[in-house]
Amino acid sequence: MIPLSHVLTLSVILFVIGAAGFVLRRNIITVFMCIELMLNAANLAFIAFSRYLGTLDGQLFVFFVIVVAAAEAAVGLAIIIALYRNRETLNIEDLDSMKL
Amino acid sequence: MEILFYICAAVSVLAALNVVLQRTPVYSALSLILVLCLLAVIYLLLGAEFIAVIQVIVYAGAIMVLFVFVIMLLNAGREVPSERSRLARWLGVPLVIAFLLEVLWAVWNQFPSGTAPAADFDAGPAAIGHLLFRNYVLPFEVTSVLILVAILGAVVLAKKEE
Amino acid sequence: MYAFFQRADYLAIKPEILVTMFALAILLFDFLLEKRDKWMNALVALIGLGFGAAQLTMFWSRLGEGAGYKGFGGAFTLDTFAVYAKLIIIIATGLVVLLSAKYLEVEGANFGEYYALLLFAAVGMMFLASGTDLIVLFIALELMALCEYVLTGFLRGSRRSNEAAVKFFLLGAFSSGLLLYGMSLLYGIAGSTNLAVISRRLAERPSPDPLSWVAMITLLAGIYFKVAAVPFHQWTPDAYEGAPTSITAFISVAPKVASFAFFIRILIEGLWPMRAEWQLLTIGVAVATMTLGNLAAITQTNIKRFFGYSTISHVGYLLLGFVAAADGNREGVTAIVIYLLVYAFMNLGAFGVIILMRRRDLIGDEIDDLSGLMTRAPGMAILMLIFLLSLAGIPPTAGFIGKYFIFLSLIETGHYTLAVLAVGYAVVALYYYFRIVVAMFMKKVPDTVPIAMGMGVRVALGVTLVMTLLIGIYPQPFIAMAREAVRPLFL
Repeated sequence: MIPLSHVLTLSVILFVIGAAGFVLRRNIITVFMCIELMLNAANLAFIAFSRYLGTLDGQLFVFFVIVVAAAEAAVGLAIIIALYRNRETLNIEDLDSMKL
Repeated sequence: MEILFYICAAVSVLAALNVVLQRTPVYSALSLILVLCLLAVIYLLLGAEFIAVIQVIVYAGAIMVLFVFVIMLLNAGREVPSERSRLARWLGVPLVIAFLLEVLWAVWNQFPSGTAPAADFDAGPAAIGHLLFRNYVLPFEVTSVLILVAILGAVVLAKKEE
Repeated sequence: MYAFFQRADYLAIKPEILVTMFALAILLFDFLLEKRDKWMNALVALIGLGFGAAQLTMFWSRLGEGAGYKGFGGAFTLDTFAVYAKLIIIIATGLVVLLSAKYLEVEGANFGEYYALLLFAAVGMMFLASGTDLIVLFIALELMALCEYVLTGFLRGSRRSNEAAVKFFLLGAFSSGLLLYGMSLLYGIAGSTNLAVISRRLAERPSPDPLSWVAMITLLAGIYFKVAAVPFHQWTPDAYEGAPTSITAFISVAPKVASFAFFIRILIEGLWPMRAEWQLLTIGVAVATMTLGNLAAITQTNIKRFFGYSTISHVGYLLLGFVAAADGNREGVTAIVIYLLVYAFMNLGAFGVIILMRRRDLIGDEIDDLSGLMTRAPGMAILMLIFLLSLAGIPPTAGFIGKYFIFLSLIETGHYTLAVLAVGYAVVALYYYFRIVVAMFMKKVPDTVPIAMGMGVRVALGVTLVMTLLIGIYPQPFIAMAREAVRPLFL
């Protein structure tokens, strides 16, 4: 059987890659995909814990997270489309109409 | 069985790195789909059949198709590196790596390799259904409102000006 | 095993169900309304909120001395604390509905979806105040957040509104990721998603080990984002400035109340065994939040941005209540609960005046737009003065009562340095709120566009004014209410 610590290691690595991408990337859609990566890392941790604890609650949590991710994607992408209509840009650094 | 996990884990880390390092959003999206499918395999290995199926159908299927569709619609090209992203690299990356080491240390302390998984583990759709409609019926119902809000929000934001 | 669909469970979520039904009714009837009849949407929203509030007051009197009702297998708790928080949320949402009607007409965005989204956000927040299971809390939080993102970007044609929505959304989604990771680790440690069970399991562990530290820090980082505490506050000024003004008013009050209710549940009911650890963290974050909020507010020229930083400084004060609570001081939580009530009224009042500055062909969100208000509209200027005095914490306004209890709880638990620091920053706050007063009363500006006041704004300003003064002058019943709300909390 796969040791729990190995699965959690994978989960943490994915989470950190996602978080690093959130900080580094400038394209809004790519940044959003990095957030999806973070959510998936958390999901993996839930599934792993669920297996080792022998309770199903973790799997149920993942089920709900997937629904939330779908809703978030719909709203987030709509916001991005609305932005693109006005600004013709997807670069975070171009969003500066409210600087001090 | 175990060897399959390590292969999937290694490939998914590489694909995740590709999501972050690619400058063209479409390649990032395709890499992310690969990560999601590999995670589904790992879920199967961990006995979460139902979630594995959902992961492929809903996550890799529906949600990522939405991403790819929007990328195509907006014709998102390569991004150009800039000064501020260099600053973020110096500041953010060490912080993130510190977090990684901290969690790894904590996890390896907490769960030594011998931690045994629970015996007799039933994660079939029936067991999940029972739990969903008994203990978690409230979040299930709130989710319906959440999805309505998502539809409403997408319509409000993305429809053309009259 | 928990049985299917118990009647009592559904009676307990009746206020939420009622508000949801009225939100759906708005969506249905919006199609039938002519453009000039759109104000009826606001009326339907108010009726729905009124039903919800009436139901909640009934719960309040019925809960009496009991510990509260736990429904849905322990995932939902209806106690006086939840009812208290929900009442503030409903009142705040109702006031925002009143403020919105006229404003939306001016902006040319008078759509029924706006009110439906406000009500759905309120439903999410109400569940957030009642949830005692990580799954319920997560879903409720996301419901609230999604509505906020959409409402922030509601003015589709406005560049600032778009930009604010994108920034708010990206940082909000990121914080959800952090929060979720913290929740997953907490689930791994405790083996359950129920807060009561988590608390029990954490108490059984010998001493806080590294993993529970990590779980706590990631979870709290996610919540700090939601309440706009430093260093996770960056979204606040931009979201506040870019959002439609009525929504700025909304997100500066109602989600703050709900997030703090959530925060109290997590810290007091879930992570109570780790109180020494989160106290340490909270002290640092509270001091940083007060410092940044107060100092950055001084230099702002945009009034909405100014209120963004002012909100951050208020969040700093609220966090201080947790510092006292960690020492087992019940008054610390009471102080937070009173402060939230007071803050809701005074902040919405101030926004009620700011909203009137938005007129045809005039954006009116610079501090200069308030210049000479005393000569143009003396009534407005005096109202604004009272709200600003309250925000600064000057007696006999309500703001003083809020700050007083925070200081008191800090002194009772022996955190003298923090108390002195908090008083010091209150003086700084006095300075920057006074800047607006000076602009209103000292400068003379010719009247450009007349200020027209709708019925809704009149009522909203009246309610906020009366409450701001009433809580300040005769606080006893409100203090008793807050004590009653805190009573069922495990402390």
